[in-house]
Amino acid sequence: MAGVTYGTIYAIVAIGFNIIYNATGIINFAQGEFVMLGGMTAVTLSRFVPLPVAILGAVVLTTIVGAVIEIVFIRWLHRPSVLRMVIITIGISILIREIALHVWGESVRSLPYFTGTSVTSIRLGGVYISPQVLWAVGVGAVAVALLSAFFNLTMLGRQMRACSANRDAARLCGINAGNMVTLSFMISAAIGAIGGCVVCPITYVHYDSGTPLAIKGFTVAILGGLGNSTAAVGAGMILGILESFSIWVLPAAYKEAISIAILLLILFVRPSGIFGSAEAARLKEF
Amino acid sequence: MLRIKNLESGYGRLKVLKKVTMHIRSGEIVTIIGANGAGKTSLLKTIAGLLPARSGEILFDTKDIGNLPPEKVVFRGCSLVPEGRQVFAPMTVRENILLGAYTQYRNGKGGAVRDDIERVYGIFPRLRERERQLAGTLSGGEQQMLAIARALMARPKLIMMDEPSMGLAPLVIRDIFAVITRLRKEGGTVLLVEQNARAALGIADRGYVLETGRIIMEGEAEELLSNREVQRAYLGRDLDAEGKM
Repeated sequence: MAGVTYGTIYAIVAIGFNIIYNATGIINFAQGEFVMLGGMTAVTLSRFVPLPVAILGAVVLTTIVGAVIEIVFIRWLHRPSVLRMVIITIGISILIREIALHVWGESVRSLPYFTGTSVTSIRLGGVYISPQVLWAVGVGAVAVALLSAFFNLTMLGRQMRACSANRDAARLCGINAGNMVTLSFMISAAIGAIGGCVVCPITYVHYDSGTPLAIKGFTVAILGGLGNSTAAVGAGMILGILESFSIWVLPAAYKEAISIAILLLILFVRPSGIFGSAEAARLKEF
Repeated sequence: MLRIKNLESGYGRLKVLKKVTMHIRSGEIVTIIGANGAGKTSLLKTIAGLLPARSGEILFDTKDIGNLPPEKVVFRGCSLVPEGRQVFAPMTVRENILLGAYTQYRNGKGGAVRDDIERVYGIFPRLRERERQLAGTLSGGEQQMLAIARALMARPKLIMMDEPSMGLAPLVIRDIFAVITRLRKEGGTVLLVEQNARAALGIADRGYVLETGRIIMEGEAEELLSNREVQRAYLGRDLDAEGKM
């Protein structure tokens, strides 16, 4: 079951990657930091306010951070190259991490379980599951459903897709493309923060937990096919479960190597992702 | 409706438009003809705001739109159907059309959008048949229809079209040009940029000839059609040579 929990958080990070990628063609390597910020802020806030309020506050704060990052670092760039964007977002991720280290120190933190305690378990078809795992999976599923409805059924979602499909044509329709990019950073940050909150009772969080998540999330995004959020869920589960099963055959220390190996394999063999169609890949910019 | 004075613009250090002066009256079809690289597309892009104007002014309904970004120009009532259609390929035909109505929604006229959709489907019945298809899977002619339909959804006072006939079969071109004349009949104003000078002058009221970024000739469409210089350079006919034969 640990595989499913980790799979959920990987999928959530991957979806964050996809939203920004779809809107801008940028891979935002600071995506993992949003998850860390969400978890950390929620832990701090939960000392002063009830848990649901703390989580809500953490999500709102992280969303604001996402907007600020876009407005300060991204917006004024005129048609930046991909390499420049990669370096800028990695820089942002280092910056956030260092600030987090300064604010929260090196200690590992965690939120209490949403329902029950760490030893509570629910019997579900013969296996015992921690309720927090159900929380994580449930919240992940709801987030994916809501996002998909947002992008396909609302005018604002369609505007964002239009900007990603053809930026100039979208502007000719009167859509403010710059604001759509800010919005994509905000949604990405929000979903990262939500993910950070629901899994941190199980996985814990500290200032440095964002980077490995960014790498795993990136692997999952590539595995599912960049830009495809539904496939990212499947790919997230695959990676999470593969990792937890790998302990049976390999020493636990190699767990991290699994995702990197998968990333390299996919990039070599099938860059469009296992669920991505070659046709859809051709429609993309690179 | 549109009045351009001494407009200059370009890419980087390259100056493409040199002191372009022209005007369009309400209810006209005006065409700009010229060879490849004469600056026709740059002129439309500059009016639409995709390319910044270096100097000169663009007055639309007596207000200067020379320094507005494209998303603001549309709100003033000036829409561009860009070169090469530029439809939103991974979205459905209906979604493309809905996005064209973005300015209407923002202006609080969302209620009229349903009627507007019926109107463009009336003009292009093929789009209704393909409503749920992804725009990227349409044929070139259908994509051109979609691009025009999308621009019409904003209810523009002036619609600018960049090479709508490019790469299309003669029959499809005839349909598209029939739609352009229909737009004028319904009170619209059209600025048409074409390489197919004969077809464009055939439906236009007036025309301008653009050569290496300058307007070298202007006049009534029939006048230009019978002008020797225009015939030789843009209509593929050399009257002097024919006379000797």
